[in-house]
This record gives sequence, structure tokens and C-alpha cells, in this order.
Amino acid sequence: MLANLGFAILVISLLVSIYGIAAALYGARSRREAWVLSARQAMLLIWPLVTLSALCLVTLLVTNHFEVEFVYSVTSRSMPGYLKATALWGGQAGSLLFWSWLMAAFASAAGLRRWDRDREFLPWVIVVVLVTLAFFLSLIILFENPFARLWAAPAGETVKAMFAPRGAVLVTPGDGQGLNPLLRHPGMIIHPPMLYLGFVSFVIPYAFGMAALITRRTDDRWIRVTRRWTLVAWLFLSMGLVLGGRWAYDVLGWGGYWGWDPVEIAAFMPWLTGTAFLHSVMIQEKRGMLKHWNMLLVILTYCLVIFGTFLTRSGVLSSVHAFAQSAIGPAFFGFIGLSFAASLALLLSRWNDLRGENQLTSLLSRESLFLLNNLLFVSILVACFWGVIFPLISELFTGQKVTVGPPFYERTTGPMFAGLLLLMGIAPLSAWGRTAGRLLGRLIAWPLAASLLVPLGLALSGTHNPAALLGFWLAAFVTLVTLYEFWRGALARRRINKEALPVALWNLAGRNRRRYGGYIIHLGVVLMAIGIIGSEFFQQETQGTLAEGQQITLGKYVMTYDSLAEFNAPDDRVVARAVTTVYRDGQKVAELYPRRDFYYITQQPMTIPGVYSSLEGDFYVLLVGWEPIGSSGATFKIYLNPLINFLWGGSLVFVLGTLVAAWPDRERTRAAARVPAGALVPQVK
Amino acid sequence: MTYHRPSTLPRAALVLFVLAIALASVITSPASPARAQEPTPSDDQVNAVAKQLYCPVCENVPLDVCPTQACAQWRQTIREKLTAGWSEQEIKNFFVEQYGARVLAAPPARGLSLLVYLLPPLAFVVGAYIVYRAVRTWRRAARPVASPPVAEDDYTRRIEEELRRRD
Repeated sequence: MLANLGFAILVISLLVSIYGIAAALYGARSRREAWVLSARQAMLLIWPLVTLSALCLVTLLVTNHFEVEFVYSVTSRSMPGYLKATALWGGQAGSLLFWSWLMAAFASAAGLRRWDRDREFLPWVIVVVLVTLAFFLSLIILFENPFARLWAAPAGETVKAMFAPRGAVLVTPGDGQGLNPLLRHPGMIIHPPMLYLGFVSFVIPYAFGMAALITRRTDDRWIRVTRRWTLVAWLFLSMGLVLGGRWAYDVLGWGGYWGWDPVEIAAFMPWLTGTAFLHSVMIQEKRGMLKHWNMLLVILTYCLVIFGTFLTRSGVLSSVHAFAQSAIGPAFFGFIGLSFAASLALLLSRWNDLRGENQLTSLLSRESLFLLNNLLFVSILVACFWGVIFPLISELFTGQKVTVGPPFYERTTGPMFAGLLLLMGIAPLSAWGRTAGRLLGRLIAWPLAASLLVPLGLALSGTHNPAALLGFWLAAFVTLVTLYEFWRGALARRRINKEALPVALWNLAGRNRRRYGGYIIHLGVVLMAIGIIGSEFFQQETQGTLAEGQQITLGKYVMTYDSLAEFNAPDDRVVARAVTTVYRDGQKVAELYPRRDFYYITQQPMTIPGVYSSLEGDFYVLLVGWEPIGSSGATFKIYLNPLINFLWGGSLVFVLGTLVAAWPDRERTRAAARVPAGALVPQVK
Repeated sequence: MTYHRPSTLPRAALVLFVLAIALASVITSPASPARAQEPTPSDDQVNAVAKQLYCPVCENVPLDVCPTQACAQWRQTIREKLTAGWSEQEIKNFFVEQYGARVLAAPPARGLSLLVYLLPPLAFVVGAYIVYRAVRTWRRAARPVASPPVAEDDYTRRIEEELRRRD
């Protein structure tokens, strides 16, 4: 029985992790290396084990084993094979297993690294990683078992249990309920894995931070070790967020990509602290400052990661994302509280060990600008956190539920995001330690003057929204400063090394990947900001009911309604699909097919937009209503989302920049190449 | 097949909700002030109001784009009120009276809800003060041994030097 096998392997994985925790603790306390090594083997063993268990579940999913409740609830016979397999993360229990599988993979990767220079961290990293993993495994085993089956009890009712209740017989439904239609989308297939990857990989920097605290090795070793882990975690989290936005844009049918939904914010919060952390660790590396603060940021990030999983998975805040409701809320809450309290207590007990060379030579220095950057990121975090939990507080104290929606977040965080953009323009020109005011002024003068032409030009051509003008000015300013940085560096290289300009540019970025990768990320952020400003401030919309052949106008676009057809699709849905033609300035540019799918098993409607994309923006049409067959009227809602493709394009630049920054150094690659193939796993002595 | 989906509650709630709205509009329409009749408002006018409202069932989906029957009913109510000559604010107040402040996209700034708006700026100010204090202490620590500016690495320093020479 595959279900029994999968479950048994899960229980074994949990036992192995508990053994690993105990062995690592004992080995570290008694200084017996063999126990630590054994704990490491245990950590390495868990990934193959959880892989087997996940494979069991995937096999059950693709082979229609509807007697397993999870399979019954997320798949149906009519679903294509790839959707059945990816339905693994289409429901609560399966996605927890998937989370654990990714976590175990990262645990193995961390276990396989070279430990020779920081062996004292090893047992504690194992403890932190395995405690996290054991928590998730026990959640699965105790509360959300994806292998539980359906049984018919003697009294007639159907119960869900792992093993047969007394006198019950196994029930095998003929077909399953099928995946939530909202999740049957390519974006939804990759979005959760990316987000989860981001979540689980942030556990590694946290584990190293804790290990550094416990062992009192409080130099910046832990930061140097985890730099690349943090970047990779951050990359996945960013991609998860962007893909989630894209999915919302393509599937949720409300013309936007970000609705300040609590669960979106739940994934955004660790990103905020993670971004602050990525910047502030540089201060510690260069200047030996902010050791306490970096610890606090990594603790916060870890807790927000668990909190994010909790919000998504516990259904504590019902929202479009909280598909699943279950009883694991209190367990999660306890775990977050405990890990936060324990980490803080540890940090306080080591407070004096962390005293750094906290000296600030000048207010006009890169480190003080980075401090402002951190202040802004954390303030945005506070606003987000507060907005998410306030409805709960209000309900608790006044019994009245309130909605804290987009207007709140836009008003509170908007100015702070603008402040971040401004810093992005100034900080690259400042130096560590001290910047001469006059030098900074001279460096800034030209980009500043040139960037002012942008809002000026826009204002003259009829754009009068002050916030948008400010936003476009900031975007222009940051772009010019960043490009100027590339130019300045390349020119200097050309003079010193006599290189041709393109070669100089290439070598410049290649020799200092972290810095120039960072600048490429900044350019990506600016492009995304342009997309956000364009679609936020200049979105146009209209709605109208048309008879066949009639047309509707919005901006430069005219759309005619040609026809509508209703038909059954093989995967349990009725589709109403309209055919429309879009003209821009009288020229036909596209034929669009907005449609409404109705999934009759789950009784869920889905509104799929028809979109005509160009650099200028998107023409986005929704079919919101139609008369029954025989009559000819249909209602359309149309949005013009200007510049929105800068958002998606910018995110690609962003990813590219992160890859550049995270790419292994040449020296390191050579060092790794020297290790013989058989010795990829260096022995810990 | 004896196994049922566990939650029929939301659908029941939805039905109740629709009934409640229908009832509410029946009860309140005669009471609404008699005003000059205007031509039927356009969808865009209705959506402009609906955009700012959230129904209690479909959480976090603004009313103008919510595809459920219940929300279509709400939009119909808005249309009727607009036809009756109600202002945007009057319509919003009407929904708040009927269903509570949660129908608004953000809570009104009074009572406990005032905290929603006060805390984030307060946190920023406190944070700024902490940074300011820290910076002052660190600068005092730095004064006795005024260290020279530290360049990031040899390479950058060379660039900086080269630039200075050029200037």
C-alpha cells in the first residue's frame, strides 16, 4: 500500500530528525565529533527519505487513488497528468509535505558544504534546521496527513483516517473533486514552489546566525558564509512575489496584480526584512557595525517566513489565498512565539559579545544612508504587519471586523517607497566612512539636472499628477546615477588598464559582481517602479453592454463585440467565450477572447481576461456578463494599464542582477575545482 | 457516495446574504428621500462607487470586479440609489449602516481605528529617533580616533583615485 509506505517514511524521517537534533546537541556539549558527524549523516538522510514519501504521494495523485482523501480533494480524472502531479501543492496537506521536501533539500545542501573553516557552527546549524524540519514533519503527521484515507464507518458516515476505524471499510470514490480552478494555471504551478524556496532558504542564514550566537563566534564569518544563501533565498522570494502578481493579473480578473491582500503581504514581509538584511550586512562586513541589528533582522526574517506559511496555510485570515482551513493554527502560533522568544533571549544573552566597532565618521557616508534604508524598510514592514493584524485586533476588542485595504497601504507605504528610490540614487555615489559634501554634490549635479528634464517634459505634455511626476523623476534620477556609475567605472578602467570601453564594462561588472549586480538589480527595480507608477496612476477603465457588432471606446482603443459562444470543456467546466476585435487609432491590432469559465463541480466562476500587450501598456478586457443564448448582449469591462509591461520586464532585469551578484567568484571556482571529484564531501575532522 | 464536501456553510451564508440585501433594499427604498429622477447611471458611475466597497463575504475583492451574484445585487442597489439621486457618500454611509464599517476599503479614522493610521507614522518617528541617537553615540565614539575614509577595496580605491586625478 503506497499510502502506508509514504506515511511510514514520513514517520521515519521525523524520527531521524529527532535523532539528528539529539546527536548534534550531545556531540556539541560533550565535544564528541563522532556524534556531530552522525547528526550530519542524519540530516543528509532526510532529503532522500522525504523525496520517497513525496514520490508516493505524487504516484497516488497521478494514478487516481481517490480513496486517499487528499487525492480526492485536489484531483479528478479529467485533469491532465502534469496538473495531477503539481496538485501536490494544490492543497494544505500536500503543500506542507512539499515545503518539508524543499526544506530537507536545503538542509542537505547545507550539510554538504565545506565545513573546514567553521566547524564549530555545524552542530548548531543542524539543530536549528532539523528543529524547523521536525516541526513541519510533525504537523503533517499529526494534523495534516496527506495519506489519510476515506472510510465508511458502520453507522454509515464517511470518516477520514490513516488507519481503518473499527468495523469501517475503505471507500473509493469514482472521481475526485478536482483542483481549485484558480490553481489550474501555469503561474500557479511555479509561483508556490518559488515562494516556498525563498521561504525555506532563509532558514539557512538564520541557522548560521543562531550558531554564531551560541558559539560566541561573533565576527562576520556567519554573514560571509550565508551571503550567497541569502541572495538565493531573496531571489526565489522575489520571483515568487512577481509570479504571484502575474498569476493574479492573468487569472483573478480584476485588472491588477497586487491587491494588498493579507496573504500577499505575508510573503512580502520576509522580503522586506530580507532586503534590509542584504543591505545592512554590508555595513557589518565593511565597518564592523550593526552586529545586533543584523541578528535581529535575520531572526525577524525567519519568524516572518514561518508566519507567512502560517497565514497562507492556516486560514486565520480568510482571503482569496487562504484556500485551506485547518486546526494547525495554534501549533504554528506556538512555534513562532517560541522561536522568536528563544532567539531574542539568545541574542540578549550574547549582547555584550556583539559589541562592534560602532563608529560613524560622518553623517554623509554610505553607512548612514544604509541606516536610513533600513529604517524605511522596517517602517514599511511595521505598516504592513499592522495592517494585516489590525482587523484581528479590532474584532478582538470591539467585536467589529474592519477591512484594511489598498488605500491604507498605498498612503502609508507610498512615501517610504519614494524615500527608498531617492536613497537608491544617492547612496551609490557616497563612499564608506566619509564622503566630502562637495564631491558628492559634484557627482550628483549632472544626473540630478538631467533627470529633472523628465518630469518637466511630462508636465509640459499634460501630466499633472504630482505623485506620478515625483515618481518618474525618481526613476529617471536613479537610472542616470546607476548608468553614470557604470560609465565612471568603465572610464577609469579604460584609463588604468587601457581596455576598450565594452571590455572595461564587462570586466568592471565581472570583477565586482556584488556591487554591479546590485546596480543591475536597482535598474530592474526602477523599471518595475515605472510599471507600477504607470498602472497605478494612469489606469483607465470603462464598462458597457454591447450588442453584437457594437463597439466601445477607451482612450485610443476601440473594441467591437463580434460574437459569443457557450460550450462544455472536457475538464468539467462550461465556457462562455466572446470574440472581440481591438482597433488602435483605427488600425486593427488584435482579436481577443475574454471568457468566463464555470467549474460546475466546485461551483466556481473564473474570469479570464483577453489582453493585448504592447510597450505602451495593456488593453485588458473582461467578460463580466452576457444574456442567455438567443439574445445578443454582452457586458465587458475594459482596463487600460499603461506601462505595465515595464513591471514584468523589470523583474527579468532584477533576476539577472541577482544572478550576477550571486554568481560564484572565479577564485572560489578554481579552489573548488582543485578538490578531486571523489572528495566533494569533505570530511569534518 | 456518502462523502460530502465539509463546508456548505459559505453557500448558505451567501444565500442569506442575498436575501438580506434584497430585503434591505425593499425596506429602505420607500424611506429614501424623494429627489428628481435622473437618467439611469452608467456602469462606470456604478463602478466608481462600487470600487470603494468590499462585501463581507468575498473578502479582499472590491465590489466592482466581484463576479458573485451577491455582489451583482449590491451593484444593482448602488445603481438604484444613484438613480434616486443619492450622492457617493450617502451610498457608502448606507452600506456602512447596514453591514458595518468593514464594507469600506479602509476603516474610518475614529475610535480604535484611529490607531490604524497613527501607529505606522509613529513607528517611523520612533525608529528615526533611535537611528538618530545611535548615530550620535557612534559619532562621539569615532571622534578621538578620526579614521581615514575606508575604500571598499583596492580596486575601487584605484578608481576613486584615478577620478580625483582626472578632476
